[in-house]
Amino acid sequence: MSAPVGLPRRRFIVDSALAGGGFALGMSLSGRALAVPAASGLAAATALGGSFGANAAGAEVTVWVVVQADDHCVIRIARSEMGQGTLTGLAQLVAEELECDWSKVKTEFPTPGQSLARKRAWGEMGTGGSRGIRTSEDYVRRGGAAARIMLMQAAANRLGVPVSELAVERGVIRHAASGRSLRYGEVCEAAARLDAPDPRSITLKKPTEWKIAGKPLKRLDTAAKLDGSKKFALDLELPGMVYAAIKDCPVFGGKVVSVDESAIAARKGVKKVVRVGDTAVAVVADTWWRARSALAALPIVWDEAGLGNRSSATIDALLKDGLDAPNAFVYRNEGDAPAAIAGAVKRIDADYATPFLAHATMEPMNATARVTADRAEAWVPTQNGEGSHASLAEATGLPLDRCEIYKCDPGGGFGRRGGNQDYVRQVALIAKQFPGVPVKLIWSREEDMAHDFYRPISQCRLSAGLDANGQLVGLQVRLSGQSINAFINPGSVADGRDERQLQGWYEKAGDAQLGYTLPNLRIEYAMRNSHVPVGPWRGVNTNQNGVYMECFLEEVARAAGADSWQFRRRLMANHPKHLAVLDAAAERAGWGKPLPAGVHRGIAQFMGYGSYSAAVAEVSIGSDGRVKVHRLVFALNCGHAVNPHQIAAQVEGSVAYGLSATFYGECTIDKGRVVESNFHDYPIMRLADMPPVETIVMPSNDFWGGVGEPTICVVGPAVLNAVFAATGKPVRSLPLRRHKLA
Amino acid sequence: MARLNVNGKMRTVEVEADTPLLWVIREQFGLTGTKYGCGVAQCGACSVHVNGEVRRSCSIPVGVLKSSDRITTIEGLSHNASHPVQRAWAEIDVPQCGYCQSGQIMAAAALLARNKRPTDADIDAAMTNICRCGTYQRIRAAVKLAAGGAKAAGGAQ
Ligand code: FES
Ligand code: FES
Repeated sequence: MSAPVGLPRRRFIVDSALAGGGFALGMSLSGRALAVPAASGLAAATALGGSFGANAAGAEVTVWVVVQADDHCVIRIARSEMGQGTLTGLAQLVAEELECDWSKVKTEFPTPGQSLARKRAWGEMGTGGSRGIRTSEDYVRRGGAAARIMLMQAAANRLGVPVSELAVERGVIRHAASGRSLRYGEVCEAAARLDAPDPRSITLKKPTEWKIAGKPLKRLDTAAKLDGSKKFALDLELPGMVYAAIKDCPVFGGKVVSVDESAIAARKGVKKVVRVGDTAVAVVADTWWRARSALAALPIVWDEAGLGNRSSATIDALLKDGLDAPNAFVYRNEGDAPAAIAGAVKRIDADYATPFLAHATMEPMNATARVTADRAEAWVPTQNGEGSHASLAEATGLPLDRCEIYKCDPGGGFGRRGGNQDYVRQVALIAKQFPGVPVKLIWSREEDMAHDFYRPISQCRLSAGLDANGQLVGLQVRLSGQSINAFINPGSVADGRDERQLQGWYEKAGDAQLGYTLPNLRIEYAMRNSHVPVGPWRGVNTNQNGVYMECFLEEVARAAGADSWQFRRRLMANHPKHLAVLDAAAERAGWGKPLPAGVHRGIAQFMGYGSYSAAVAEVSIGSDGRVKVHRLVFALNCGHAVNPHQIAAQVEGSVAYGLSATFYGECTIDKGRVVESNFHDYPIMRLADMPPVETIVMPSNDFWGGVGEPTICVVGPAVLNAVFAATGKPVRSLPLRRHKLA
Repeated sequence: MARLNVNGKMRTVEVEADTPLLWVIREQFGLTGTKYGCGVAQCGACSVHVNGEVRRSCSIPVGVLKSSDRITTIEGLSHNASHPVQRAWAEIDVPQCGYCQSGQIMAAAALLARNKRPTDADIDAAMTNICRCGTYQRIRAAVKLAAGGAKAAGGAQ
């Protein structure tokens, strides 16, 4: 970098105690772009009332922090905000190190195009796998700290005193000896011209020193969600905009043969019928409702690619074959589980099954694009701005630097809006046929149900052996089912060795580690892929595997005549963090204490996304077989707790999402397609069924774990184990509504 | 052609009579706070008030509405988000993604308009909108707060 001549170019002496390894520098601190980066269409985009891109007026001190003359600090957020609170949490982390006034914090999202132009100055934008905070906390905090150091140095220069004589609080820098002070807004321009300190030389605060991070602060983005003023991508309006409704071949893998455009030619407002790739047809009209109505009336002939005979029954047979197959990928093989089980005093065997599930985000898939011969722009509700960018470039054939994505806060993501940017590809292909005209593509809910990347279907065969003392001597697990990796990149798991499907059974510490130590353990996976597309779904494979493992362990504990909590505890001596959350949940729930007549408890612990989760459920079953969940107690160790209030909100959210799956969720396949089409046949849990949730957030402050996904994997098992306690019968397949419990 | 009274303003619009009120509100009047979630009266994202009653606008063809019907959308609920329900929502920090919240707030406002102190059972019966993010626990707390109840301990600062 080069600072203008005549300005201070002083090097900073900062504490170099923390030049620790593992620091990924996600920023170019030397960036001095004080002017708004030029981007065509940005002005129009910003005029819509949304804020698209990193364009705040003020002095960019580091890439993460822009300080304005009135002392407002604009914190750049690279990750997506889809309700999970990451925006507020990241801002807290930056503000903590920046030492600014929290009431003067604003945020903005750099665009993927801006990031590309500045050599990925903001690092990874993808927001999935509960990584939003845990894999960016380090560099964003350093970005905040570097800005503070530069602002203080600028003040020192202005006051002519050593920086060591200055103190800062809430964006006001004071020189105690002289009683003088300067506000951030007064020194920001000078600070922005200084050399940045080496980020590795910065010592970050300890959580015990936090004043903004770690506190249960309110979200920064609530106000616009209370009066209808928040603009989702679905709400975007641009001058001259046209609207598209789409139908992709309902049979996955099928194609369009022909459409009879004459059937809708006379309809009001219809502009064009458009082929979208080989597989889909869109109608473009002057309103979306007209486009959708015309599409519904448009006769389309499909080529079902010979897959129209696939059904839940054929897929079930495929999975059963995986359970029975002599060979499978052997992931863990410690001791000799088959022999130990064969020689056991008591043997327990069970087959479990879970279905395909749709994400059903409240905001259906949609995106807007405007494409010309040499430029493409898209407004996208995305979990992965850079993925959207790549999809737009690919679909339009334009280079990345001629494409731009304006990220809109998605109305829910849950994994649907991450790696698979199918809706961006579609809108780009449609918009290409309307050069210069903004096209808004909205999927109907029916299309959203018919073309998801579903939670993978699987079945699991588990066997265990108990000795004469009721000790678990061996456990064997055979998972059979579909692979997400195989869908994304078949080559990566061509030999069937796909550990991702075994999430939660990992041996390695730190991510989704099995919390039990067993003398004999064998875990196998038989990959069986259907034609149905699959993808990550909040919690991904910890959902199914948590049910299999924790519900089966409940069967084993009961067969041993043991207490469910104590039986687990005995297997967990080598896993103190897993044990700590289990104990915390059991103790808070009053495990073992009497309950009202008819109420039963269930317990579970499982691990995903780098965090430790446990839950206790209290459940009763009415004479009509209706299950009522009276209470759910969670304990979560996510390492560091950036905002306990938002963490609790995520735990509550995981209950609603997890219980919807446990009670209701099921996508069945018939004639090669998904049968369920809307919320009447794909029910979602509503308020009346939401149990009171108590959340113990118990950070151990020695690692950084996720929050959005970890607890969902214990929701189902805790409730199902309580149902087991109530009925004396294990529930081995989901959803629960398929079982007669009365 | 339809003549509609939306948020106290008479508006005339040239649409097919079977166009759902939701799409007239959104696409013709530009009031996008009312959301599309299912189109089949299941989710409540499209909730508005018609003559003070909460209704799912995706399933009301504009042709059945009279110009005397008073339609209120989230934008017309209050000035400056000052309705007690909106204030309670802010206090409890209810929304996650926010997509369902216009509908939730309209449902809660209609409930409290006819039932000043709803019981848990009343809230269960009235608040049937889907929230996929799962804000239900906070919605319940916020409805109670709006009804004049005390805020539970342990909330956000
Ligand atoms: S959009 Fe009207 S109820 Fe769902
Ligand atoms: S807040 Fe996201 S759907 Fe309710």
